[in-house]
This record gives sequence, C-alpha cells and structure tokens, in this order.
Amino acid sequence: MASWDLKDLEYWDARIREQVEALGLDCYPQEFELCNHNEMLAYTAYSGMPAHYPHWSYGKAFEKLKTLYDYGVSGLPYEMVINSNPALAYLMRDNSLCLQILTIAHVYGHNDFFKRNFTFTSTRADFTIGTFKAHAERVRRYVEDPSIGAERVETILDAAHALSLQRRRNLAVRKLGEEETRERLVAAAQPPPDPFHRLHRRPAYVEPDLQKVPPEPEEDILLFVRDHNPYLASWERDLLTIVDEEARYFIPQIETKIMNEGWASWVHREILNAIELPQALHLEFLVRHNQVVRPIPGGLNPYHLGLKVWTDLKRRHDAPTPEELAEHGRPAKGGMAKLLEVRETDRDVSFLRRHLTEDLMRELDLFAYEPRGDDLVVSRVADAEGWREVKEQLLRSVGMGTIPVIRIEDADFGHKRTLHLSHQHDGRDLHLENAERTLGYLHRLWGREVGLETVVSGKRTLLTCNERGFSAKTLK
Amino acid sequence: MPESIFRPFRHSDAERSDRTAGDRLRHRQKIRESIRENIADIIAEESIIGKSRDRVIKVPIRGVREYRFVYGDNVPGVGQGDGSSQPGQVVGKARGQGQGPGGDRAGDRPGLDYYETDVTLEELIDIMFEDLDLPDLERKALRQMEALRTSKRRGYRSVGIRIRLDKHRTVKARVKRKLAARRHHGATLPAAATVPGAAAARDAAPAAEPAFDAAQAAEPAFDAAPGAEPAFEAAPGAEARTDGGATARAAPAGRFPFHPDDLVYRHVTTEMRRESNAVVICIMDTSGSMDTMKKYLARSFFFLLYRFICTKYRSVEIVFISHSTEAHEVSEEEFFHKGESGGTFISSGYQRALDIVAERYHPSLWNVYAFHCSDGDNFDADNAAALRAAGELASLCNLFGYGEIKPLGSRYYESSMLNLFRRLDAENFQTVLIERKEDIWPSFKAFLAKEREKD
Repeated sequence: MASWDLKDLEYWDARIREQVEALGLDCYPQEFELCNHNEMLAYTAYSGMPAHYPHWSYGKAFEKLKTLYDYGVSGLPYEMVINSNPALAYLMRDNSLCLQILTIAHVYGHNDFFKRNFTFTSTRADFTIGTFKAHAERVRRYVEDPSIGAERVETILDAAHALSLQRRRNLAVRKLGEEETRERLVAAAQPPPDPFHRLHRRPAYVEPDLQKVPPEPEEDILLFVRDHNPYLASWERDLLTIVDEEARYFIPQIETKIMNEGWASWVHREILNAIELPQALHLEFLVRHNQVVRPIPGGLNPYHLGLKVWTDLKRRHDAPTPEELAEHGRPAKGGMAKLLEVRETDRDVSFLRRHLTEDLMRELDLFAYEPRGDDLVVSRVADAEGWREVKEQLLRSVGMGTIPVIRIEDADFGHKRTLHLSHQHDGRDLHLENAERTLGYLHRLWGREVGLETVVSGKRTLLTCNERGFSAKTLK
Repeated sequence: MPESIFRPFRHSDAERSDRTAGDRLRHRQKIRESIRENIADIIAEESIIGKSRDRVIKVPIRGVREYRFVYGDNVPGVGQGDGSSQPGQVVGKARGQGQGPGGDRAGDRPGLDYYETDVTLEELIDIMFEDLDLPDLERKALRQMEALRTSKRRGYRSVGIRIRLDKHRTVKARVKRKLAARRHHGATLPAAATVPGAAAARDAAPAAEPAFDAAQAAEPAFDAAPGAEPAFEAAPGAEARTDGGATARAAPAGRFPFHPDDLVYRHVTTEMRRESNAVVICIMDTSGSMDTMKKYLARSFFFLLYRFICTKYRSVEIVFISHSTEAHEVSEEEFFHKGESGGTFISSGYQRALDIVAERYHPSLWNVYAFHCSDGDNFDADNAAALRAAGELASLCNLFGYGEIKPLGSRYYESSMLNLFRRLDAENFQTVLIERKEDIWPSFKAFLAKEREKD
C-alpha cells in the first residue's frame, strides 16, 4: 500500500483547486474514486463507464489490456476521467502520492475541457452515467428476453459496432430533417436572382428528385437503417439507437484527442509548478511528467504534440519575438485569455491548422512518410518547401480523419431496394478485407443487397454484398 | 468551485464484482469456435505428433476480429523525428509487415488486430474432438467396459471411519482387555479400574485426539452392549486425559472405559469387475518403402487416433505393433519415433496382432479395435496371406480399419492394398486413402463416421 491516505489527497486537492481557479478554469464538480488495478483495467475496457452493456469485444479488450499489463508491455493509465457532470475520475490506489497529485491536476484539465470545449456540448454530460446505465439495462433486458436471447442481440451488436463510427462528425451543426432537406432542394433548384434576366436566357430548370431516399447523401448509416428498414424489430432498432448514441458520445473525444491531452498536460504542469511540492515529490513529478509527454520517435505522441502547441501559443501571446511582432503585430489578448478561448472554440483539425506554426513543426521535426515497397519512407520534412504538405498530411490523419467518410447515396438503387453507398475517396484506399466484412454486417442489418462505390488502386470499384456473398467489380 | 469528493477504495466491492467475467467468457467461446473452424489447417500445419500434452501451440485467430471501414495497408502519415529526418530515410516497415513506424505502436491501428492465442495441445485436442460426433455404438461398447464397482468386506482395521465401526467386536476387545488387566494385576475390579487411567496417562500427550474419538465411539457402544453404561462415561475420563494430568481423575469404581485400542472397524475395498474390455491395436508399416512423408502421415493419423481414444475413454488398452517383414510389439515412444527399414509383409503385422489377441485379449471378453496404416506396397507373395490374416482379424474385431498412405502421385505406380482388400467382405472393415496431410483430419472423421453409419 502506498504511503499516503485520503487526508493527503484531500490536502493536495485543495491546493490544486486553488490553482485551478487561479488559472480561470471552469470545471464540473469532480468526484474521484480509488480503485485497484483490476478495476482500472475493467474501467478502461468499458471506456470508463461504471455501467455498460455487455458485449464480447469488451472481454477481448480486457484480456488484451491485462496481458499487456501482466507482461509489463504497457502500464495502466494513471488516470481515467469520464465526461459527465459531475465528472468521474478513477485513481489507482497503488500509485505514489506524487502520481496521484499529478493525476488529480491532470483530471481538472480534462474536466475543464469537457465542460467548455464546443464539441462536447452535444454530449449531455448531466445524463452520461444515467444514459449508459439505461442502455445497459435495456440491452440486458433483451438478452434475458426468451424470445430474443443473447445470440440475436450479439448478432445485431456485432454489426452495429462495425458501423458505429460511420456517422456525422460535426455535431455542432444541426441535422436537417428529410422535409427540411427537400425544401432546401426545391429552393436551391430555383434560378438565382439575376438583375439582367431580361437579357439572359433563362437557365433550364432542373427539377430536384424529391422521391429519392435519402434526398441528400446521408452519413448516419445506423440511424438511416433504423429508420428505413421496416423489417427490423423494435428491439433491433433500439440496439442501433444505443450503439449510435454511444458513438456520438465518444466522437468529441476522438475529435479533440491532441488538444484535450495537451491541455490537461499543460494544466497539470502549471499547477504542479505552482503548488510548491516538497523537493522529493517535485523531482518525481519531473520524471513522471517527462515520461508522459516525451516524444515517440517515428510516431506521434498526442500529449507531447498538444503540450507543445499550447505552450507555444501562450508564449506567442505573452512574449512574442520581434519577428512575430513584425509579422502579426501585437497580440490582442494575453496568453492565458487566448488559451481559454482556444480551448473552447477549436478541435484538433482547426487547432493544429491555426496554431501549429512552421517554426514549431521544424522544432518538433515532423515529417510525412509514405509506403514505398515494404518500407515506410520519409517523403517530406518540415522545411521551407515541405512544411505545408506535412501539415496537410497531419490534418488528414487526426481526429475523425482516420475514419473514411462513407455516405448513403440511394436506398433504392436500380429500384431494387439496394442500399448504395459511396466512399469519399481522398487518396487513401479502403482496407478491402475490412470493407468486405463491414459490408457483410451492413447487409445483415439492411436485409437486402448493399453496394459501396470506392476507388481501389486508382480504379473506381463497386463492392457489393448480397445473399450470394461478396463481390468486387471495376467500374468503367 | 465545489469541494471534490474522494471515494475510498472498498476492498469488498473490488473483490466481489468481476464485471468483465461474462464478456470474457463469451470472447473465449468465440476463440474456441474460431479454432474449431480452422482445426483442419492447424492439424495439417502443426507437427503435433508425440508432443507433450502441455505443449503450447500458437494458433492464429481470425474469427474474433472486429471489422470497420478503415484505410488500407499503405496510407501515408505523419511522424516525429529526432531532429535529423531527411527525405528518403526509411522509418519503418509498411503495415503489411505488421509494424507501423515507431515500432511500439502495434495495436493502436486497425488492421493490426491480427491475433494469436496460445492453446495447449490437450485443449486443442479437446476442441478437435468436441464437434466430432462420436460413433455411438463404439462409444457404448467402450463405455460398458467401464467396469462395475463393488464394495467388499475385507477383514478389520483399527482405524477407519465411524460408520464402519464394528460395535460387537469393539465391545469384545474391551472385554478382553478388561480380563487381561484383571489377570495382570491379580487385583479386584476397583483397582483394575485405575489401570486404564494410568495407561492413558502414559500416552497422555499424543493421545488427545484418539481420546476424543473414544469419547465419540462410546456413543454407538452405548446402545450396543449391556456394558454400555460405563462406556458412555468414558467421556469425563477422556477429558481428564486431555488435561494431561498424570494423576488423572480416577474413573468411578466399577467402570472400565473404552480405549482407542479397542475400536475395531470393518475394512472395505472397492473392486473393479471388468464386464467387458476394449483394446485398440495400432499396426504400422515401417518398411523401407515408407518414406519420411508417409511415416509422417501415418503417425499423424495414429496420433490423432491415440489421442482420441485417450481423451474419450478412460481405461482402454492400446497395443502398438510396427512391422516390416516381421512384426514387433513396441512401446508408444518407439511407435511414434523409431524408424525401420526392410521389405513388407503385411501379414506379419496382422499375424502378430492375432497372436496378441489370442494371448491376452480373448474376443469373448474384449472389444478389439484394430487399425493399420501402410503404403500398400506389399510384397506380392504375401498378399494372399495378408488377405487371409485380415479376414481373420476382421472376424475378431469390432472394427478393423485400414488406412493407405499414398502421397499424391505415387498412387499410379505403386501397388495398392486397397484393390486387394476390396475382396475382403467384412462389414466391420473400413478403408481410407490419405494422400496429403490435409487429408488426415477428414479421413479420420470419415473413419469414425463410417462406423457410425453402421448402427
């Protein structure tokens, strides 16, 4: 047992909270729960949720984590905090006092970010734990229902999990209903006002196809299937809803990984430097801190990248160099005010696009790589010519950029109720085995043929999955 | 901001709840299913012959992957260098080779979800036979020999469980001791009564527990004999002894308590009476024409058979015979590992099997199962003898199987016993042809399936 007790934690927590307020952070009320390593592994497997519906993939995740942990390949997360109101965080009881203090400070960083960042406004933090619990209860009820049973529930969940991230990404934008979309289509079909319409030939009126379902390409695959496959039972629809809601809850965290971790690391560093730790603790803090935020050669550590950008952003506002002053003028805001603003209004893509400067990229020695034969080869480095491309490459591979955009184009393709999808190809091909299996899952849910148009090695290709199995054919 | 709440660690909660148990169980089941689907490949790939049952085998699992739409193997990305990155520098292997840049990032990207699991050979064999519908008749027959258990009284012991206490003899032993004590001391009864006390004092320390037994044993004695009254009161005597005083409280006059030495228990042994027995005779051709590949196939087949029998039936005898021109009974070890050379008289192996059956396993008492693997390249002159011996063996056996090993192609220029054995018209005779290692598992299944059809 570590050489501290709850009193110590409460003492340091009070000190930390003073600093949290001094920094101007705005947090949900915070709750900490002490747990042992097994509980921590379990929380990690279930995304930190105290209640979660059962599925074998979580058992798999747990086994994998436990194996890695038992063999010392990877440690445990020091901390786990979930986006809820009040925010709930877990502390490992075997950690040293210094680590607990660091973790507590780090947690307040996340907490503030969850509360204030715009991407999280759609997550309804007040109801997080209750929602997950209700989901768990509903799924368990279906499992226990003798007319449904575990196997059929698993069949749907397997399929739904495969497709859960194929949904709209920007949750701050309201989704239009089908009627509204149609109205817009009608409005858009009207010719634009033209002051010289007497002179100009009248543009041909293209009638919008209002019969089409969906009227506009649709990204929310699970929800679309739920609403448009009349053969699904109500419990199946409910399972799709549950899986989609969970994905929606986690998307902001995917979208802000670098910002969020960088912010929490920045906050814990500021706080721990301010609370006058005794020397022994302070030295340990330096070691731990550097372990967390060290760069991974060849890889990209979100803690490190995020922390660097935040630190650089503050410096540029507090103490700009003469060159920066000459180029951008005197900053309108102080560093801290700027940070608080940015943590509210950005997500990873915009954060890096706006605030990752050429100089910083060079300092970090970021490079772009691409496969050549069996090797991954550096294609661009962050020098004067290459840095823009490296940055573009980086922006494509953060947040939801790692998930291909796939949209439903037509639910009645060729008037055969075929679900026709298209992959928004951006130079990156799909992994074909995965695509095949995932289409299989979609076919399971849709109940009829599904087709996905994509590009494979530069050729337009249609992947289809129906009762007879999977096939791929190259399109002209 | 409001005070934060710290919830202390609750040991009981942590120990009581294992929330992942159900999901882990389901995951394991899925792994098992996946192994079962790929079992034929695993059998063909792994050289499992003669390996210890605890040996761990790595089995690739494909069935438990989670699929999503993800980008393909070779997409570009961004990494961080150590300050000296140059275009053209190699920073890692393309993902087809299983590694992203940085080396330690395996697993954080989809596509690296390729998964291996460790199973022991024994587990693997369990899984293998799990979905194999067993030949019912054979199973029944083999089950029957699972012996009849009977209990039989075999004399008496001074130790035993209480239910077997023989009250009559216990009382008799006490009476004997009483008489002996009286004769020894030549004294009156009250004087004699102190004797057990003194004797008890002698073994005071170690006898604490037996003394307790005696006190308990007194109870059945109570309703057993007329001399019960004093026996019942042995309890206080026992107490005195556990107190350890050398001057134990003397038993009341006229009492002569039971001593642990008096207790007599009936001794019961269990006896296995074999109603019917099974013996499996494995006969393998180890002649010169059996090259490494053929032997490998034959041994793999026998290995499966052997493991199968070991897994399913608890007490079955197995005889290993290897033959070239003459046949020997060999040990398991030799059978699976030793090579031989020479010509081939298949009849010699059968003859040896017949001898062994006649010697030790008379068909009226034993169920005999014989299996023979050969490349069928028999010495021509022996064919008639072989056919005759096979017929004879088939008449003795419940099931007689012949597996012919013909690595692909060799079928066309080598002679085959399959044609010959076609003439053997016995219902319980089965033949299979094994051409390559992928055939082993299917032909093994077919072997047993044929047996099943028969019922």
